Amino acid sequence: MPSIKELAKRKEKFVSGHRLCPGCGAGVIARLVMLAIDRPVVVGCATGCLEVSSTIFPYTSWDTPFIHSAFENAAATISGVETAYKALKKQGKINKDIVFVAFGGDGGTYDIGLQSLSGAAERGHRMLYVCYNNQAYMNTGVQRSSATPKGASTTTSPAGKVIPGKTQFSKDIMSIMVAHYIPYAAQTIPGRWNDIVNKVEKAINTNGFSFINVLSPCRLGWPHKPELAMEITRLAVETCFWPLYEVIDGKYKLNYRPKEKKPIEEWLKLQGRFAHVLKPGNEHLLEAIQNEVDRRWENLLKKCETT
Amino acid sequence: MSSIRVTKTGNEIFAEAMRQINPDVVAAYPITPATEIVQIFSQFVADGVVKTEYIAVESEHSAMSACIGSSATGARTMTGTSSQGLALMWEMLYIAAGLRLPIIMAVVNRALSSPINIHCDHSDTMGARDSGWIQIYSENVQEAYDNLIQAVKIAEHPEVRLPVMATTDGFILSHCLEVAEMLDDGDVQKFIGTPPERRTVLDFENPITLGALDLQDYYFEHRRQIAEAMLNSTRIIDAIADEYAELTGRRYGFFEKYKLDDAEYALVLIGSTAGTAKDVVDRLRSKGRKVGLMKIRVFRPFDYLKVRQSLENIKVIGVMDRADGLNSFCGPLYTEICTSLYEAHKRPILMNFIYGLGGREVRDEDIENIFEQLFKTEKTGKTTNTMYIGVRE
Repeated sequence: MPSIKELAKRKEKFVSGHRLCPGCGAGVIARLVMLAIDRPVVVGCATGCLEVSSTIFPYTSWDTPFIHSAFENAAATISGVETAYKALKKQGKINKDIVFVAFGGDGGTYDIGLQSLSGAAERGHRMLYVCYNNQAYMNTGVQRSSATPKGASTTTSPAGKVIPGKTQFSKDIMSIMVAHYIPYAAQTIPGRWNDIVNKVEKAINTNGFSFINVLSPCRLGWPHKPELAMEITRLAVETCFWPLYEVIDGKYKLNYRPKEKKPIEEWLKLQGRFAHVLKPGNEHLLEAIQNEVDRRWENLLKKCETT
Repeated sequence: MSSIRVTKTGNEIFAEAMRQINPDVVAAYPITPATEIVQIFSQFVADGVVKTEYIAVESEHSAMSACIGSSATGARTMTGTSSQGLALMWEMLYIAAGLRLPIIMAVVNRALSSPINIHCDHSDTMGARDSGWIQIYSENVQEAYDNLIQAVKIAEHPEVRLPVMATTDGFILSHCLEVAEMLDDGDVQKFIGTPPERRTVLDFENPITLGALDLQDYYFEHRRQIAEAMLNSTRIIDAIADEYAELTGRRYGFFEKYKLDDAEYALVLIGSTAGTAKDVVDRLRSKGRKVGLMKIRVFRPFDYLKVRQSLENIKVIGVMDRADGLNSFCGPLYTEICTSLYEAHKRPILMNFIYGLGGREVRDEDIENIFEQLFKTEKTGKTTNTMYIGVRE
């Protein structure tokens, strides 16, 4: 793994000038992922914040080949690029070692893009799929997705007089991807540069399909103070809401265990979308969220012990 | 040039043409009645007969998405589908054309749901007529073969760079054995040549961002370029037809005129029904009626000027649509013919007949009856609303 000094010296492939919000996680994630890849890389991107903010014609923030086609098909699109590369390589028309990466938000990954993602994973293309997961459809104005956590107020699961925000817990995309028996899956945050860089390095050196789920704070949708963006992702780890772990050939490995598991309230209170959860009268909701965080954390620990 | 005589179904000949084209990548998903095309082709891949990498995707949407990714690398890329499959690709059809990717698709025409039906009509591809794809329809198995091979060269031409679909009528051609002439493998390769250079997503010296966000300031210019490419293609399609004729002796234009030049009554239609209609034309001609036929081969782009020149002296024209426009007025082919004739010195009487939806048989009596309607209309001078042929009202 490169040191931060070495990383800083690498040529940037995701460059400045993009129009993502201050305090947005996606730009930090894209930059770190691209820095971690020290080889020629083709990027595919689903429609979403990252794509619309980084490719406003005639400008681009991608100093590497980039393709966007639609919302639900980043995995299928890049699987076509990767296959064509294989065909051309076999014919001796190209001899480079090329990495293929697809970026999708949680909407483009958990929801509308799930089929395309599953298909590409099952076919085993040699590619990395990165989900920059800001837990709602932020590009269209904060609508709930199946990655939105329970209780979060979004514009299509608003906290109202009768319904207190999103009523369901989020989908466990990691288990779904692991169930494809892909060789590498991992969960990480942009708030720990070494963790994400390390995982991307592992992923691109895996012979097959790899998947990385990255928590991506959204200052408009969560909303949070922009300067707290990275801190919030670290707090998601400290509360065990977003554990850092890998699944390598089916074997679960916890990368970090908080010394002292913080209550979920610590994470929720920094975000406006959970403000109502912390108000008197909604204690049952806070408890339900805490219980689910605990249950999922225990499940993960069990998997780490038994696989 | 050497050629071989074969007996093949429409699907088999499409698969054979694909083998001879030998694309770099095929991404496809099965759907009746087009399944056999990619099924046969998969066997070619499995047997190492072709160099192609085959992506067995999980849907038609992903088939077209993968084709877009593949074609973006400069790789020659093909697929095949029908009906609902084409409908599921809809979103990506526009994107393939918008990104100017010369993808080639073998389509078997089939009705669209609902009600679900697996048989022939043209509603599937008619719905894609404004997507920026070039559309070439076939009357028979021979044409299907010839069209698909020419499609490669049309799509990849630097002045065109648009995707092309070549179609056959579901079951009527896709599953019907006919005698056809195939070119020698080497001649096909020589004819299509290596794909002309274009900028790709595998160029790391000059990296491109493909599929950028275009707002009010650029979108319109890029769409305008597609219109220009479609206009260019009219010239290129003709030039390639000449080249193909030199090789095979078979020359196809935008449309075929059958006993049309001195005709007073004519039908305009698309696809396999032309065969039946030609028989009827012959029969009526033998009785002294001045009848003829225009069979549209290239529907996109549409050659309005030549269509007008060929039709303007006819007294009564029956336009036969194998798809309904559901616009309370007419079918899609009628719209085009009507538009073509607006500038005519002498506008023929036009009538619209919707026929054959969901594979409903169209018999020679049906076509004779349509001609009778044309004769009658000329006498009364009164046209009628769109008529539905062979349907229980």
